[in-house]
Amino acid sequence: MELLLVLVLGLLYAAGVYLILRRSMVKLLLGIMLLGNGTNILIFLLGSITKGKPPVIDSNHNVFQDIYADPIPQALILTAIVISFALTAFAIVLLKRVYALVDSDDLDDLNTPEEEDI
Amino acid sequence: MIDNHILAPVFIHLFTAIIQLIAWRKTVSQRFLSVGGTFIGLLIAIRLFAKVYTEGSLHMNASNWEAPFGIVFVADLLSSTMVLLTSIAGFAVSIFSSVGLSRQRMLYGYFPIFHFLLMGLNGAFLTGDIFNLYVWFEVVIISSFVLMTLGGRKAQLEGAVKYMAMNILASTFFLTGIGILYGITGSLNMADLAIKIRNFDNKALVGITSIFFILGFGIKSAVFPLYYWLPSSYHTPPSAVAATFGGLLTKLGIYAILRVFSLIFIPDDFTRTLFMVLAVLTVITGAFGALIKTNIRRMFSYLIVCHIGFMLGGIAMFTKLALMGTVFYLIHDIMVKTNMFLIAGFIRMVSGTMDMQKLGGLYKNYPLISLMIALVLFSLVGIPPLSGFWPKIYLFQEAFVDKQYFFIAALIIGSLVTMYVIAKMWADVFWKDVPEGVAIEDKYKDLPLFKKLLLVVPILLLCSVTLYIGFNAENIIIVVDRITNELLDTSPYIRNVLGDKAFEQ
Repeated sequence: MELLLVLVLGLLYAAGVYLILRRSMVKLLLGIMLLGNGTNILIFLLGSITKGKPPVIDSNHNVFQDIYADPIPQALILTAIVISFALTAFAIVLLKRVYALVDSDDLDDLNTPEEEDI
Repeated sequence: MIDNHILAPVFIHLFTAIIQLIAWRKTVSQRFLSVGGTFIGLLIAIRLFAKVYTEGSLHMNASNWEAPFGIVFVADLLSSTMVLLTSIAGFAVSIFSSVGLSRQRMLYGYFPIFHFLLMGLNGAFLTGDIFNLYVWFEVVIISSFVLMTLGGRKAQLEGAVKYMAMNILASTFFLTGIGILYGITGSLNMADLAIKIRNFDNKALVGITSIFFILGFGIKSAVFPLYYWLPSSYHTPPSAVAATFGGLLTKLGIYAILRVFSLIFIPDDFTRTLFMVLAVLTVITGAFGALIKTNIRRMFSYLIVCHIGFMLGGIAMFTKLALMGTVFYLIHDIMVKTNMFLIAGFIRMVSGTMDMQKLGGLYKNYPLISLMIALVLFSLVGIPPLSGFWPKIYLFQEAFVDKQYFFIAALIIGSLVTMYVIAKMWADVFWKDVPEGVAIEDKYKDLPLFKKLLLVVPILLLCSVTLYIGFNAENIIIVVDRITNELLDTSPYIRNVLGDKAFEQ
């Protein structure tokens, strides 16, 4: 299980970095999303995976008697997913607006000379 | 000491924003609410600062979960000073934006988002939990994305793409670092991490983890190879927004570096050399960038980068005097940089452009306001009795003691170039006559007196704070001295959060 996750994680990071280095705006966004998911898997992996041991203390004891799955990484990932969802939603709308205004997907075209405002 | 009022600076902005959302599209009441909210926020911040200054560090356990298991909020002297400075800057920007911003932007929710931004900043300064710090960072960047794109002009959106991409990337690096840190220690509480990292044997892994934090915070605070997003986006939003960004957001990165690298990763030789190289290159690239720009706000953007280098250099030396220089510069820089962008907004208001080649004659038309602006510019340059001068003494002295000759050279180049570009700006904008063939559209002249005051008073307010910092440097140094002691010896911080049992193992 760990080995599989490590491979997926490496793949996600590599693909994310590759896509960010491209010049297309959409690929930039996809790259950022892949990197974010890679990070989530990294946190999941580093919380040391324990299978089938929920962190619940049975009613006869006050403390854990056995090794248990750490719930914190999952809470962290959940928070990170929600945040990256909001960021991605905003980013997609922004890129759509930029595409409509600039009429190009190329990051190098984003250099309009200034028009000023207050 | 436990004190639940620590969170008041966060909640005041949250509630102000919510009430403003109820008053959606009612721009007049939103303006009153915003100025009132930031004013109450300022009072709360002063009270928090006074309390921390007299009674020592405070902390608060969220939902009464004992540290290190729950999220803890800590107000030590550095945090409360940052909250105080944020509140002063927020108050000034709030007054300025009630006139200096187009009504269109207010209709689409400028003020609520501005308050969410301030809430995020205060939260980030006050939290004692590293994952919570990440969450506050995200609150700040989401709010700043909206502020940056509000208005939807082409240049603004183009700047926002670069800003957004780099900041999300920074957060990803930061989160990766947190993930590894949790993996090797099993804790997220910063005080607890400080102890666990100190007792952790695999120093190489700790070093690699710290690189992720350097990358993440380096992008946020616009350090040398990672700063490109800043000059290509900060000149696009309205000046009131740029003032908040320029004054506070990059300094949040510096605050995070100070906090994380004093508490969790104590800088070793490698980190210090890395910081020093980055600092020297940041100062030099920022200075040379500022030289070639003719647009005022682009020039200021490069000056932000240049002066971030000064602060990073102080962190790189990591001695008492060097850190005093850094913290003093941080205090001075927040006030001055916020004011610079407000001044840019004022200049744009009276002459309709920010291109230095088309500007001129401001001194002839507005002599008193020009004199006030001159004081701010002198403070930025660091003419002796004014505020920019004192931290530089510390940095110079410590750089000589530490034999950091490249940093001394960079400091001299950075200071000289700052003086040169400011002198050039003064000559071009204030003394030179208006160039022929340029029509000035002075929107300021026709405003009623009350609105004129609303534009000038925030600049005057920040100017007087800057003058206070300069002329009462001995008082500031007492505060800075105590902050530096807390940064160098973190055991009071750890004891404050975890209690005495922390040192027993």
